Amino acid sequence: MNLKDKLTAFYTILIKEVLRFSRIWLQTILPPVITTSLYFVIFGGLIGPRIGEMQGFDYMDFIVPGLIMMAIITNAYANVVSSFYLSKFSRSIEEMLVSPVPNYIILLGYIGGGVARGLTVGIAVTLVSLFFSDLQIHNFWVVISVAILTAMLFSLAGFINGVFAQSFDDISIIPTFVLTPLTYLGGIFYSVTLLSPFWQKVSLINPILYMINAFRYGVLGISDISLWISYAIILTFIAVLFTFSLVMLNKGTGIRS
Amino acid sequence: MTTALSIRNLHKTYKGGFVALKGIDLDVSDGDFFALLGPNGAGKSTMIGIITSLVNKTSGKVQIFDKDMDEDLLGAKRYLGLVPQEFNFSMFEPVEEIIINQAGYYGIPRKEARMRTEKYLKLLDLWGKRRSEARILSGGMKRRMMIARAMVHEPRMLILDEPTAGVDIEVRRSMWQFLQEINDRGTTIILTTHYLEEAENLCRNIAIIDQGEIIKNTTVKELLTTLHIETFVLDLVTPINSLPEITGLALHQRDAHTLELTIDKSVTLNQVFEKLSAANIEISSLRNKSGRLEELFIQMVGKNNLAKMNQA
Repeated sequence: MNLKDKLTAFYTILIKEVLRFSRIWLQTILPPVITTSLYFVIFGGLIGPRIGEMQGFDYMDFIVPGLIMMAIITNAYANVVSSFYLSKFSRSIEEMLVSPVPNYIILLGYIGGGVARGLTVGIAVTLVSLFFSDLQIHNFWVVISVAILTAMLFSLAGFINGVFAQSFDDISIIPTFVLTPLTYLGGIFYSVTLLSPFWQKVSLINPILYMINAFRYGVLGISDISLWISYAIILTFIAVLFTFSLVMLNKGTGIRS
Repeated sequence: MTTALSIRNLHKTYKGGFVALKGIDLDVSDGDFFALLGPNGAGKSTMIGIITSLVNKTSGKVQIFDKDMDEDLLGAKRYLGLVPQEFNFSMFEPVEEIIINQAGYYGIPRKEARMRTEKYLKLLDLWGKRRSEARILSGGMKRRMMIARAMVHEPRMLILDEPTAGVDIEVRRSMWQFLQEINDRGTTIILTTHYLEEAENLCRNIAIIDQGEIIKNTTVKELLTTLHIETFVLDLVTPINSLPEITGLALHQRDAHTLELTIDKSVTLNQVFEKLSAANIEISSLRNKSGRLEELFIQMVGKNNLAKMNQA
């Protein structure tokens, strides 16, 4: 396959993934927008004014970047894990496996689908947030780059979950018991400076903390963590998860007997 | 003659220890219509899985045209189209999207993919269903859609794993015609089937696989010449109520109008007609009973199993 063929194959997988989540938008796009709107109403609108300011910003303004990032993380992950598992379950993954499309293009295609859904929901949540907050962007390029890189990272995580999943239960265990707690403890609703020094150090183990803080820096210009450390952590995770995913795909784990 | 498929000493042992293939050697020529027969669990699907890279081999060599699968897997895959035994597409995708996407995986640009999709959906009489979700198609339509999907990149070799399983006679005949046409245009076809009549009608060469080994690899014609007996269906001018005893002829009455006659190849039809005339049985027409290959197949697989049992 030459470069043009590979680009066509990548584009095909990307379009297929975008059409898939667009067809079922009532399950994929609308629910996270409604859920996040409730967060805005309850935590921002009702409880927020009683909390006061957080690091010099209204509580509503403080939580907006975290909630956008949460929507991106969960949707990028959910898109790839469900799409890949369903393609294994229906055996439609064989359509790609018998073709000459290289494994890294398959992987990039699924990542593209996850990023597309993560950003679609992220943009929808951002638009909703404008009803509750005067969103000012501190650094547009940081916002865009962190959103895309984070969506890529969690698309890869979803892919690995999909590779190992043997049943429908397996695709909900990690999001429920790992992803959601890490996201909530990643500083969406609070600054880690509010924690005791011990729990501040424990929080640093949580990779989502770096992503939320980097994104918050892009939107508000404040962060508990150095921006460059955040970038380094995100890029390292992407490199490790991409390599691992590709090795699994090359070995045929979960898809070839 | 160019070799389309060359398999050498192919072994497959699954994780649980089950040995599916025990050193298969096989050659299929370019342009051939090749039948791969064998009972359930013989190793046909495992072999096809390895050729199409859906199953990892334990050892051995597979070459597709000029590409060794170990050295240029992606190049080898380019030559192949697969119609698998089981449905393996997303049931919720529209038919045309499934075909267009498959073309895209082979690097065919979307505009060209749309044109080819139209061509093959029309050829397989599915154009009217192009916007339907795949799940609402009938079993026969799903099978034809998988053929369109396998043909959209116009492969040099098409592998069909029991493509007509569960489809009605009319659809089966139209699929046979389509396959015959693409074979005539130069596509090498490898077919596994349980309908031995299908192999007898379509294929030139044949391999019989049993318990992970090729037990026969020859031409269909040659295989049929090894059959010493032949069965004919005779249509009668005048119906008969009971079959008279005729010495030297193995006759079986199907109904009042039809007889089945099984004779050794050393007996001539003149001798047969003489005896029938003497018994006042008049024949209006005569035809070969299909399924001669079926008789051979049962003989061969049966013998192989018996030999294995004796060795054990």
